[in-house]
Amino acid sequence: MSSPHWFQGRRIGLGWRPASWQGWVVTLVSVAALVAAVTLLRGSSARAPVAILVVAVYSIVAFATGGSRAATTAHSEEARDDEPEPSVVPEEQRRALRALSSGRVVSRSDEPALVVEHLTKRFGDRVAVDDVSFSVAPGEVFGFLGPNGAGKTTTVRMLATLIEPTGGAARVAGLSLEPENGVEIRKRVAVMTETPGLYLRLTVAENLEYFAGLYELARPRERIELALAAVNLTNRASDVCGSLSKGLRQRVALARSVLAEPAIVFLDEPTSGLDPVASREVHELISSLREHGTTVFLTTHRLEEAERLCDRVAILNTSLRTIGRPDELRDELFRKAIVVRTAAPLNDPDAVFAVSGIEGWDTEDGPNRYLLAVTDARVVAPDVTRALVAAGADVLSITEAHHSLEDVYLELVDDNKEDAS
Amino acid sequence: MSRQRITSVVRKEVREFRRNRFVIATMGILPLVFLTSPLLTIFRVPESASGTQVKAAVGVISLLMLIIPVVLPPVIAAYSVVGERDQGTLEPVLTTPIPASELLIGKAAAAFLPSVGLAYAIYAIVLIAIRLGAAHVVRTVVFHPPELIAQLLFIPLLALWSIWLGIAVSTRTSDVRVAQQLATLAGLPVLGFTSLISFQIIKPSVPLAIGLALALLAVDVGAARIVARLFDRERLVTGHRADTRRAKATN
Repeated sequence: MSSPHWFQGRRIGLGWRPASWQGWVVTLVSVAALVAAVTLLRGSSARAPVAILVVAVYSIVAFATGGSRAATTAHSEEARDDEPEPSVVPEEQRRALRALSSGRVVSRSDEPALVVEHLTKRFGDRVAVDDVSFSVAPGEVFGFLGPNGAGKTTTVRMLATLIEPTGGAARVAGLSLEPENGVEIRKRVAVMTETPGLYLRLTVAENLEYFAGLYELARPRERIELALAAVNLTNRASDVCGSLSKGLRQRVALARSVLAEPAIVFLDEPTSGLDPVASREVHELISSLREHGTTVFLTTHRLEEAERLCDRVAILNTSLRTIGRPDELRDELFRKAIVVRTAAPLNDPDAVFAVSGIEGWDTEDGPNRYLLAVTDARVVAPDVTRALVAAGADVLSITEAHHSLEDVYLELVDDNKEDAS
Repeated sequence: MSRQRITSVVRKEVREFRRNRFVIATMGILPLVFLTSPLLTIFRVPESASGTQVKAAVGVISLLMLIIPVVLPPVIAAYSVVGERDQGTLEPVLTTPIPASELLIGKAAAAFLPSVGLAYAIYAIVLIAIRLGAAHVVRTVVFHPPELIAQLLFIPLLALWSIWLGIAVSTRTSDVRVAQQLATLAGLPVLGFTSLISFQIIKPSVPLAIGLALALLAVDVGAARIVARLFDRERLVTGHRADTRRAKATN
């Protein structure tokens, strides 16, 4: 996609030299035309204009096709896209992140990073976000989950001052979410959008340099080097972004997000479309951000990702469905249970399961698999084992039923569907 | 106003233009056409040409020189907002602390510098060529001070007008090519006015040139303000106009 770089050099008259055979052809043809004009048109009034025209054409072509050395190098290295991506070195990343976050200005340590109260957004008649309230502590990794169209991105856009709420209020990094605070809020937050949004014709370093300028960073080069080290991309700084794989682009976008020492980083589907290795690298980076006190607001569809990374999660479907720690949500939504598998169906399950602490039972996935609702699995499990042995049952397994965040999510989303119908 | 932020925008925009084949081709080919055509016209005027013939030839040159700042900048300016939206880079930029006014000034400056530079360079080449090789009667008309002053003042002011138009169209369209076509079209009516001077239907004089330039400057400033108002972050991100009326019940 980038233009031909027939000439190297940065400006007219300084260090021009053709970089390829095309450049040499243009140069030689121009010199020949100039010599021909000067010699053949001797005595003619057209000699000077023709000579000027030749020089002008040559100058325009050279100026238009000349590229910086960095861009030229990266352009010729597009084939490197197929190379394996560099592996993450967590210790180096952590060191870079520590250096990046050393100068962060935080408003008041006891104040939540985000306080959202009855936030609402309507687009015409359509309600995108309805009366949402929550708060996020400083340094917390907060997961924001929900199906497509649930209003997750709209909420992030409101909190990042990109769009104005229809109703409600919020405090972001210690500042009230008002239009007059827009610039100040945007200085304290960073947003990584779902698509990396990189300038594909610019190099990695040039992309970051642009954003360092927009944030008016002091010592931008130093910051860029640290940000690149934090995502382990130091050796790709001169590569044109258009030549990078999706995973690497995502990492550049992450580097951009941590460039300005934000108090809050909004990450919108940061691992969308990434392979497991690249996803793991992003997870490690998020964990490192938390270690260094950055508040992370993570929007994701990947529930195992949220469960692994987030201190708390909120499930949104236009309105807030629930909020809490993943284990709290599981306990809240699902009764504690024990799963018993036997070689053959029990003759009298009611009699066997008449144990103190069992609140009820049911078969699950077949006649010899029982799901027991219990008050406390650790207390009840030994009694159940003894009862089964006493009843002469051939016990294959007794396990505590585990519900994932996915179960919680599906339960709530299904509830929403039922509500809607 | 932050000079650092504006400079960053200008530097980034120029880097992008230089690596965009379409922009490079347009910025390279159009000036060549505008350079070749007047030279061919002017060198065909003989020493014995009548005053009307000379004025007509010089009029064509003047007009061509003023077309450059009207036609070239929209190529860049029309891309500035809708182009970024197309490639998904606008939203990350809008999440940074840069105010809309600084972003727009940076983008306008980035379009202004190369197009006005090119327009002046071509005008200079044409003047040098005329001085070196054109008929004496042509030289007398071309090197007429009011004519020169008008050209020198109008080139940047017309370019600015054209740039603000281009950016305005760019903030309200959803396709880069449509934006470029509309912006170029919208800039053309102003050429009707400049052609009156180029063909000396309105006799150029120094006070007239300065007066018209001041009027154009006022129009440019007004256009810049209107464009800043047209720049609606919410509309650019979501496609919906911002509704600033907050529902009191939920507050």
